[in-house]
Amino acid sequence: MQFFLDNIDLFRDAFLNTLGLTFFAGVLALVLGTVLAGMRVSPIAPLRGLATTYVEIFRNTPLTVVFFFVIFGLPQIDTVLPFFAGAVVAVGTYTAAFVAEAIRSGINSVAPGQAEAARALGLTFSQTLTTVVLPQAFRTVVPPLGSVLIAMAKNTSIAAGFSISEVSSLLARLTNADPNDLLFILLGVVLAYMVITVPAAIALNRIEHRVAILR
Amino acid sequence: MSSLVLFDVPGPKAKRRQLIGTVVGGVLVLALLAVILWRLNGNGQLDPARWAILFDPAAGVPQAFGSALLLTLRIAAVAMVTSTVLGLLLAVGRLSDHRWLRIPVTTVIEFFRAIPLLVVIFALYFVLPGFGVSLSAFAALVGGLTLYNMAVLAEIFRAGILSVDKGQREAAYALGMRKTQVMTLVLLPQAIRRMLPVLIAQLVVLLKDTSLGFIIGVFELLRQARSLVEFFNSRFGDIYTFQLYVGAAVIYIVINIALSQVAKLVEKRTRSSAKAAGAAPPSLATSTIGTGVQRGAEPSF
Amino acid sequence: MRLPSRPARYAAAVAAFGVVLAGCSSEAGQQAEEQADNTVAVETDVDFEAGTTMAELAEAGTMTVGVKFDQPGFGLLNPSGDPEGFDVQIATIIAANLGIAPEDIEFVESVSANREPFIQNGTVDIVVATYTINDARKQIVDFAGPYYVAGQDIMVAAGNPEGIEGPDDLAGKNVCSVEGSTPAQNIRDNYPEATLTLFDVYSKCADALNNGQVDAVTTDNVILTGLVASNPDGFELVGNPFTEEPYGIGLSLGDTQFRTFINETLEASFEDGSWAQAWDSTAGAITGEDAPEPPTIDDY
Repeated sequence: MQFFLDNIDLFRDAFLNTLGLTFFAGVLALVLGTVLAGMRVSPIAPLRGLATTYVEIFRNTPLTVVFFFVIFGLPQIDTVLPFFAGAVVAVGTYTAAFVAEAIRSGINSVAPGQAEAARALGLTFSQTLTTVVLPQAFRTVVPPLGSVLIAMAKNTSIAAGFSISEVSSLLARLTNADPNDLLFILLGVVLAYMVITVPAAIALNRIEHRVAILR
Repeated sequence: MSSLVLFDVPGPKAKRRQLIGTVVGGVLVLALLAVILWRLNGNGQLDPARWAILFDPAAGVPQAFGSALLLTLRIAAVAMVTSTVLGLLLAVGRLSDHRWLRIPVTTVIEFFRAIPLLVVIFALYFVLPGFGVSLSAFAALVGGLTLYNMAVLAEIFRAGILSVDKGQREAAYALGMRKTQVMTLVLLPQAIRRMLPVLIAQLVVLLKDTSLGFIIGVFELLRQARSLVEFFNSRFGDIYTFQLYVGAAVIYIVINIALSQVAKLVEKRTRSSAKAAGAAPPSLATSTIGTGVQRGAEPSF
Repeated sequence: MRLPSRPARYAAAVAAFGVVLAGCSSEAGQQAEEQADNTVAVETDVDFEAGTTMAELAEAGTMTVGVKFDQPGFGLLNPSGDPEGFDVQIATIIAANLGIAPEDIEFVESVSANREPFIQNGTVDIVVATYTINDARKQIVDFAGPYYVAGQDIMVAAGNPEGIEGPDDLAGKNVCSVEGSTPAQNIRDNYPEATLTLFDVYSKCADALNNGQVDAVTTDNVILTGLVASNPDGFELVGNPFTEEPYGIGLSLGDTQFRTFINETLEASFEDGSWAQAWDSTAGAITGEDAPEPPTIDDY
């Protein structure tokens, strides 16, 4: 216990970093993922191709490799991001691929009659998508989207290797300082993640029950 | 719903607009590519001599990547088998009627789903020896991948079992089957089949997750790439860094896309055979699979 | 980790001896020089008192050594999967005096966080891994040596644009090191004005300095000289070490006979030139510096 009190500041700062990274990367992933999903069902072939390529590449590359390219690869095309922004971009762009897939399968689950009816009313492609299909799709995608975002919160742990002092980085830092307190360090880190993921999972479960629609 | 439903079969005017969109979109995509290539070239990253190292047996790079790939596949294969088996057992345990079984199993599943895999691997390798259990790096990595993925797979299987039509279970009980028989003979076979695409998607995630071995010094693909970078950096400066990481990334992408293609193939086959057998109303089957694909697969890495 | 014996290693070893395949070649491939002549005379006639660690190892004919796999000049894995460097040579000299040939040594990667557990659990017989002797560690393991004395120093971009001459100039600067390392802790404790950027390996720090993402990199000077040598046009060493880091050989606590044996072996290698030769063929070959004066053994 004494150990925790001694390092409470470290844990708090690291926790805030994890939280901040999760929030900003989550926003980026949701926005970019929705745009990508829209591109994948659009009538314009190059946009479809671009979105498909993006999703296939980012879905099949380990996040650590994505981090490498964002932090050390972007400077090769003369773009240098601050480290925190780089971490947000790495986690966000990676997760966007999964968000796009979740939304796309949501779009696919909306009954075709809905889109047909919208078109019959004379709505354009973007109107059909934004006012009829996506609102319904979002309900279906709440559970998968939720798991994607929870997984993303855990994935922020990779940023530890790329200069972000988030929760997992305490493992390396405190382990060398106090090898005997290893177990407590680990417990602290595990708890910090559970504070984020467990309430999120419970909330997700509630929402899932509320918005679930039987088809 | 195919994307065709979303927009009309275009008339002449719309066709022209789409053509313009296609051309503009195409030009934009090409321009983006051109800028990236131009800048890479400006930094000397496109020099063929730099890329030749990836294919040069004299430098030892293809051999090193080859053996690292084998190790990666070996780790993934072992972890896939153990986590699938344990995941199945846990899923059945969580659906048990006995509280003494259901509660601990649920706790285990939820615990490992709540913490990052990185932390699990770290704990197995660095903390467990403090309790007299010391694991090799290989065992710690396989163990971590197993613990994490069995929890995720357990939830996938559970969703699969719950998605089997209620009538199936009732019919089985009506035939006088016992609980175990209903589960093993009726529910599980249908659940596994229905969840196969999700299962394979999760295995892609597992394969990518082997890259976490780098924190405990397992020489899988990513650690090998870093090691090569360090070795060549110490002799030639950092002229090969970009190339070696691109090499590793391409290997991951190719392997995972191959696995995903298998998933798609399986999905197609399950769909058509489900229809043929009339096991479930097609609409239900497609909607479960359609949304399910993403539901279970957690993008860990 | 244990290195798997792979057919690829054989192939690469052949390739390393200058067989350049026609058609596809790279600068690195063409320059895959022959291994420097690192052979150490292996004692054939060894006799130790029964029951000692030396007798056990000599009897077994093999030993397990923990080294770094990512430290240029000291312990770095080559593409064929074998570590090379000064630490590896020191281990080879000790093994030779136990009658163990270099090919019978099993090298295991030991990173900073697992050096003590490895020794305590008997995973390795000795650790030779840029391992600084200090009092906290002496509570857990025993140290032979030191066989080298390093010091914390600073690396900056060529031309030293920020004018950093020592640790006091780091105030307000963005300085890079490795999370959990002693140099990072030193900066945190004694130079809190500096902004720390912490990666998990030093090669990332070098990349960050190269891209202008940080102003300086700090750690032991021997590690920095390795990084400078990899990019002499981009980096330079400040050359003003501000700590003393005696590198020792870690072994299990209380094995005084084994410690004395290693100390004597090291002293002999200082005398007969094999220590200097080990330096010249590894760390010295990278930095171009001659072997320094051997340190004084600390037989505490």
